[in-house]
Amino acid sequence: MKLVLLWTDMLVWSLMIVLLLWSWVISRSPQMKKQWHTIFRSSIAMASSTVLLFYLLFTLLDSVHLRLALPLEVQKSQEVVYESEMVSLLDLIFEHNIQNTERTYSAPFATVEYASSIMVDEIGMTKQVHLPLKHVSTKDNFVKESLFAFGVGLILSLSLVVLHIWWRERSRFMLACKETWQGESDLPWRTAYVTFIFLVMAFTWLYMLSYSYHVLGTDKVGGDVLYQSFKSIRTGVLIGILTTLIMLPVAVILGVSAGLFGGWVDDVIQYLYTTLSSIPGVLLIAAGVLSMQVMMDNNPTWFETTLERSDLRLLFLILILGITSWTGLCRLLRAETLKISQMEFVTAAKAFGVSKFTIIRRHIVPNLMHIILISVVLDFSGLVLAEAVLSYVGVGVDPTMHSWGNMINQARLEMARDPMVWWSLFSAFVFMFILVLAANLFSDRIQTVLDPRNKV
Amino acid sequence: MSSILTIKDLSLSVGSEILLDRVSFDIQHGEIFALVGESGSGKSLTSLAIMRLLPEVIVVRSGEIHLKERALFNLPESQMQKVRGKSIAMIFQEPMSALNPVMTVGSQVAEVIKLHLGLKKEQIKEKVLSLFREVALKDPEERYHWYPHQLSGGQKQRVMIAIALACEPDLLIADEPTTALDVTIQAQVLGLLKKICKQRDLSILFITHDMAVVSEMADRVAVMKKGEIVEQAACKDFFTHPRHAYSQRLLADARSTKAYNKEKVSDPLIEVEALKVHFPIKKGFFQRTTGYVKAVDDVTFSIAKGKTLALVGESGSGKSTIGKAILSLLDETEGQVRFEKQNLVGLDKKALSPYRRKIQVVFQDPFSALNPRMTIADIIREGMISLDAGPKSRREQDQYIEALLLKVDLEAAHMHRYPHEFSGGQRQRIGIARALAVEPELIICDEPTSALDVSVRTQVLDLLTRLQKESGVSYLFITHDLSIIPMIADEVAVMKEGKIVEQGLVEDVMEDPQHPYTQKLLASAPKLMHKEREDDNTI
Repeated sequence: MKLVLLWTDMLVWSLMIVLLLWSWVISRSPQMKKQWHTIFRSSIAMASSTVLLFYLLFTLLDSVHLRLALPLEVQKSQEVVYESEMVSLLDLIFEHNIQNTERTYSAPFATVEYASSIMVDEIGMTKQVHLPLKHVSTKDNFVKESLFAFGVGLILSLSLVVLHIWWRERSRFMLACKETWQGESDLPWRTAYVTFIFLVMAFTWLYMLSYSYHVLGTDKVGGDVLYQSFKSIRTGVLIGILTTLIMLPVAVILGVSAGLFGGWVDDVIQYLYTTLSSIPGVLLIAAGVLSMQVMMDNNPTWFETTLERSDLRLLFLILILGITSWTGLCRLLRAETLKISQMEFVTAAKAFGVSKFTIIRRHIVPNLMHIILISVVLDFSGLVLAEAVLSYVGVGVDPTMHSWGNMINQARLEMARDPMVWWSLFSAFVFMFILVLAANLFSDRIQTVLDPRNKV
Repeated sequence: MSSILTIKDLSLSVGSEILLDRVSFDIQHGEIFALVGESGSGKSLTSLAIMRLLPEVIVVRSGEIHLKERALFNLPESQMQKVRGKSIAMIFQEPMSALNPVMTVGSQVAEVIKLHLGLKKEQIKEKVLSLFREVALKDPEERYHWYPHQLSGGQKQRVMIAIALACEPDLLIADEPTTALDVTIQAQVLGLLKKICKQRDLSILFITHDMAVVSEMADRVAVMKKGEIVEQAACKDFFTHPRHAYSQRLLADARSTKAYNKEKVSDPLIEVEALKVHFPIKKGFFQRTTGYVKAVDDVTFSIAKGKTLALVGESGSGKSTIGKAILSLLDETEGQVRFEKQNLVGLDKKALSPYRRKIQVVFQDPFSALNPRMTIADIIREGMISLDAGPKSRREQDQYIEALLLKVDLEAAHMHRYPHEFSGGQRQRIGIARALAVEPELIICDEPTSALDVSVRTQVLDLLTRLQKESGVSYLFITHDLSIIPMIADEVAVMKEGKIVEQGLVEDVMEDPQHPYTQKLLASAPKLMHKEREDDNTI
């Protein structure tokens, strides 16, 4: 077994480190700490951030890739040989779902195939029957099993909640429990815990039942839709976060220099973003992705596995999305920088002979932070949706990669069937909807608190 | 005389906090009643209560308001709407934001007339033109079709007055109507209001913080402090014998002057010679220079060590540009700025650095002058680090900053707070401490007091004077407010359109102005009643 780092894995983990560093910075500055405290005082923010953390957890689980060693008997020499495909931690969790593929479509919780097939029975009569599914056990009682799953989820989540309260308020544990229960704690922890318990219970139910059923049905080639939906989380979240990460430095550096230096620098940057934003984004992305595709097809030796190949394509898509989406933020930042650079505290700093770079770092960027943060969270949900649209159009992620966009793209044909196959589209929709809704609610709250014009 | 407006025991509150406490006064027919007080004293709240335009969170605890026998609090909202505009009209401090920018001024006045009087189209226009004539707007026929942005501040305020007068109200509420205007324009608008009051026999409730304006305008005065009326008197009695301690202090603050320093001037610290700042006007695709704005045009003056030169002028006269040019912040500077014999114009960044320590600046707006994201200690430390001034180790710096804060009458514990936790006056002290941190020899004070209340203003001016005595620092004091010049300056230079038209000792210029523009400025400045040399006691 060896650990493999894909390009996007590296970006995800470095992003995590940056996030941790940033929260350390926040905890050191009393003013920022207070702001974030205000953000989380709203129960909506608490609930939506819990949901977002859940999605983030699955992204991280899916971002640890391993190559397992082949079983010993297959090996011919002393050298360890690895399997040709790599798996992530999430794949290991859902291993039974990967292996238990059916022949074709089946509805959620079904025990037989969705379409009927022609069979010849013992006496030579042909008739149409729905064949039973291979990997569904009909012995267990559905209700009993569900209740058991809920119970496990409840106990698991409750113990985690209690542990968290204990970690938070070690000295006055009982009091803290009571406060949380009655909703009197400083932050609305009760909402967070309820959301958490609900999410954990939903997950354990889906997961435990997935051993005996295809909870969300199967797709055309019999793949489990539940597994696909969970795999798609990483693609969606990655596109949402990493694109912003690539776009951010470009937008900040160009926006601030346009606003602060003025003159020809300003002109060049303005022409640049006006030109870029007047070309339709989809056109640019399609051109970029297609040329990348040609390059990858000509050099098949670059990649050891198909996963590496689709990963590079994802990375490239993220790059292109980043390059085309910095213009809006850049324009905002330029205007705000123009305003701030006329403020008297900047003049005072100039009178102290403070260098231009220090002025940017100490006086301008901190005062732009609220705009940057607001647009980052707002853009996130937009980008998750953009992935779906692009994959639907055919210029999105690699067709072998699990993504909501690809699921929806397949559903185009499934919806035209009679009877209709609805569960792929439904699952993709629900998973995406919850993520985007949580991100939007959270960004709303951030916007309300950080915008200096709103006094909370 | 009958009273137009009677307010009896009006109390307002938000939650448990009392905003107005048993305010009572009445306004007689045809009189100008002035409501004076510092910001936050409840003047504007009183006027909003009269119009019944209070925000919903504010609760009327008790009291009643009568407009000619009608109890305003008992009227239904539909009736009240007729009272607003028709019986009571209002003019505001900011004429820019009170006028609709996408409608011509004529049609804005016409709209009000149509709404309340119901005249025919030609009659309305005739009425608007006569109103414009009454408020002395030049070329009323032409101005009728102009948009607000085409008018100057004074003209906009005239249009506002015309709108207010359109329905022949019984009472006009003027909420700081001239605070945003230059002295000469202020004088014109005040004169106009006074004339209209006489001609129309109109009552005016005049809200202001400026004592001098009160003494020019009012028949009777009420002084407000923290939601209470502390004194109410006829104007003449008030200015000769203020009874309440607070009114006495307000008047003293408004009057205090510096004892003229007659001793002969020492060496000049800074000499400005033939200073020119011409901003190029750039047009077109290739940014060709098509002309110049002569912001500062051939200006010469000097400031001696430990002295103060006041630079006076109306907005747009180039005062602040001179300040920036001396600070070497403008590339367009020509001429000579000699600081201790060294010409600063054209020096590169490195050569300038020692002089940056010696010339510092204090700004007008205490809210934008401090970075909201930095603590007070960091704000003050920034200059020390950048210019390598003061102690080097962090602990010594902290002690140094503590000492500085105490010096400007703040507390050492304020170090770790952020600017938004301070009041305007305190922020201005922080700004002064920031400038002092690098031990400058010249501080450019760019309207440091114009955003402050009278009593706070006096405190800040006293602080500046004290610091000058202690450390011998010189000031270039830029201001548009003539009344504070005697309190702070030794010499004065009057600016108009980028040129200095007159300069000399304060006494000479203020008492015996030579240039017609200076004479006009001094004549327009509202004066306090009974301002005699004898009561020049500094408090």
